[in-house]
Amino acid sequence: MSKLNIIILMALVTYIPRMLPMVFLKNMRLAPWLNRFLRFIPYASLGALIFPGALFSVNPPAAAAGGIIVSAVMGLMGRSLIAVFASGVAAVYILLLII
Amino acid sequence: MSLIVFAGAAQFVGAGMFGMGVGGWEIVLTTFVLNFRHFLMTSSLSRRLPDNTTKSQSALAAFGVTDETFAVASMSRDEKLAPSYLYGLNFTAYTAWAAGTVAGVMAGSILGDTLKQSLTFGLYALFIGLLVPEMKRAKPAVTAALCSMAVSGALYFQPFFKMGSGWMIVSATVVGSFIAAVLHGDENE
Repeated sequence: MSKLNIIILMALVTYIPRMLPMVFLKNMRLAPWLNRFLRFIPYASLGALIFPGALFSVNPPAAAAGGIIVSAVMGLMGRSLIAVFASGVAAVYILLLII
Repeated sequence: MSLIVFAGAAQFVGAGMFGMGVGGWEIVLTTFVLNFRHFLMTSSLSRRLPDNTTKSQSALAAFGVTDETFAVASMSRDEKLAPSYLYGLNFTAYTAWAAGTVAGVMAGSILGDTLKQSLTFGLYALFIGLLVPEMKRAKPAVTAALCSMAVSGALYFQPFFKMGSGWMIVSATVVGSFIAAVLHGDENE
């Protein structure tokens, strides 16, 4: 199989699962619990993306843990996304220099 | 590859596997598993499209759904998400991705290793910045996020079998969201 063919297949298996629900689930009537399930997916998927991935995004994980705490506190304080981003990255940078 | 496979992780993994000389079908299968989580994400997003959205508008909007654009769109306070809003968001992310690739190649040699490492954490800082305020606002968000973290943590650290990160995210998302849907049944949000 040529590289171009592989890349085209990669594009298809990436796009088709994304597209099908978007097109066909839109106006379908679903049971209330299923609606709630779909509505809560954003929170659950962000949770799964953050942990444990964030912990091992930098080495040592202790530096990442510090960044997680700082970003979470900034988020709790209701700071803007940019502020959360900047303070989290800054915390990790400082911890990496120290550790 | 950047132009038609719009998915960060899959691109890196795919490029790596090309380098190692792994067979074509294996690369395709890995890509599928890695990106299957977006099936759940667009299932969720589709419910928030306005009723008059056409099939082709939905199909076009679906191309740009990634972890990042999904996170931003789904955390939007508006109940309905206009296709034009999604196009704008996805297009911004798409051009930024392409420009970022070029800038990354040029900056890669200038930035120190420590700074590069800390910027890797930036994506997670953004995810945290999107999730935490929602957890403050809505109880189901707390349940769903904590349960899915528990599941993905358990799957990651358990010693019994190996699991790809794609399936880990998919199963943790399903379990977390399901538990929240069962526990928060009678609440109207």
